[in-house]
Amino acid sequence: MTTVRLLVGTHKGAFILTSDERRERWKVDGPEFTGWDVYHVKGSPVDPKRLYASQSRGWFGQVVQRSDDGGKTWEPAGNEFKYEGAINTHKWYDNTDHPYDFTRVWHLEPSLTDADTVYAGVEDAALFKSTDAGKTWEELDALRHHPTAPSWAPGAGGLCLHTIIQDPTNPDRLTIAISSAGAFRTDDAGKSWKPINKGLRSDFIPDPDAEVGHCVHHIAMHPSRPNVLFMQKHWDVMRSDNGGDSWTEVSGNLPTDFGFVIDVHAHEPETIYVVPIKSDSDHFVPDGKLRVYRSKNGGNEWEALTNGLPQKDCYVNVLRDAMTVDNLESCGVYFGTTAGQVYASNNSGDSWKPVVENLPAVLSLEVQTLA
Amino acid sequence: MIRVALPANLRTLANVGREVELEVGGAVTQRTVLTALEAAYPMLRGTIRDHTTQTRRPMLRFFACEEDLSDESPDAPLPEEVVAGKEPYLIVGAIAGG
Repeated sequence: MTTVRLLVGTHKGAFILTSDERRERWKVDGPEFTGWDVYHVKGSPVDPKRLYASQSRGWFGQVVQRSDDGGKTWEPAGNEFKYEGAINTHKWYDNTDHPYDFTRVWHLEPSLTDADTVYAGVEDAALFKSTDAGKTWEELDALRHHPTAPSWAPGAGGLCLHTIIQDPTNPDRLTIAISSAGAFRTDDAGKSWKPINKGLRSDFIPDPDAEVGHCVHHIAMHPSRPNVLFMQKHWDVMRSDNGGDSWTEVSGNLPTDFGFVIDVHAHEPETIYVVPIKSDSDHFVPDGKLRVYRSKNGGNEWEALTNGLPQKDCYVNVLRDAMTVDNLESCGVYFGTTAGQVYASNNSGDSWKPVVENLPAVLSLEVQTLA
Repeated sequence: MIRVALPANLRTLANVGREVELEVGGAVTQRTVLTALEAAYPMLRGTIRDHTTQTRRPMLRFFACEEDLSDESPDAPLPEEVVAGKEPYLIVGAIAGG
């Protein structure tokens, strides 16, 4: 029997939600790591029982947790994230130079081929890698030493590396995104990086077409087409058909093109989802209506998905890592809100039901489809 | 035995009660107590002191016998009451935020 497992990171702990393939009734387990921010929990595609969790708290710093039994038990792994080489600077909010300073892990990306290998995207922006199941971490420091790095400046959430995409056809290619530096790609397993922001336009920075400085909120890719990337930028929804070498805007008829999440249907690589947010000053859905927007042709033409979602008096946000899709035949789509609801659709977004409604603010959501 | 009181978030991380008891060989100082604590509970490494510099995390403070020891030398002897186990060495998180 197929089991669907949702891994929920919240502002006050982690939760695990499980269901059968019908995805109608859910069991809620947790919280784990009570009282801590859990920015991300993700399972290994190689060994789905192997889970990694990022647990942090301003008072106490960073902890990485690992489970080898699908989240029944957890064990603290290594938490020493030491920048390699000289500590350089980035720009601070007031444009002064600010030394890189590790704060937390935003995103954990387990390897596609090895359960003991996992990448960590951290604040201040850097990429770390562990090959011993999180026990030790090594920075892929060519990124932080990129010539443009001294000009990178933090977004409202900090200078965070929040998106890590592995190319299933090329183990040397990684695509990452940093708020608010932009997107970068390596084709040599992290030895060198190039900014991939051509076509992005950000009117709120001094040079709207700059090589770096764009506040990329999230990037999604369908594994069957690694050269096609979809991006939710601070403002604007974008797509690239050449691995990020250039981007075109596909915001089309969205009510607002500000937002955080973006994801791709499991079986239809041109079907994508976003949750428009009113603006960068009003971080909630427009008009009090919680609407997922779906495009079935890769952007520009969008339809509102509202069946089962609150359509009045709703003022929640959906954060960048808080949407995910399963790979059952009828694709499941899930998202979590800053008001603690997790919504599920077992029919590609046509209708929605709340899985759970009163969790702490949801920071991230990942799904595992378990045979 | 040296008694060390932990803040709630670190108690859940180390899966212990409000206080732990530690054997500390040699001089009993803040440094030797924290080193013994981290040896007994490795998951606490990096959560109280920086891994590399061993400096106190900024939103934690250290107390004993109603005295704030946070800015004292980490190698200064701790009070006799702490050494004798009559008083705990307190690791306190800032009371702020939600």
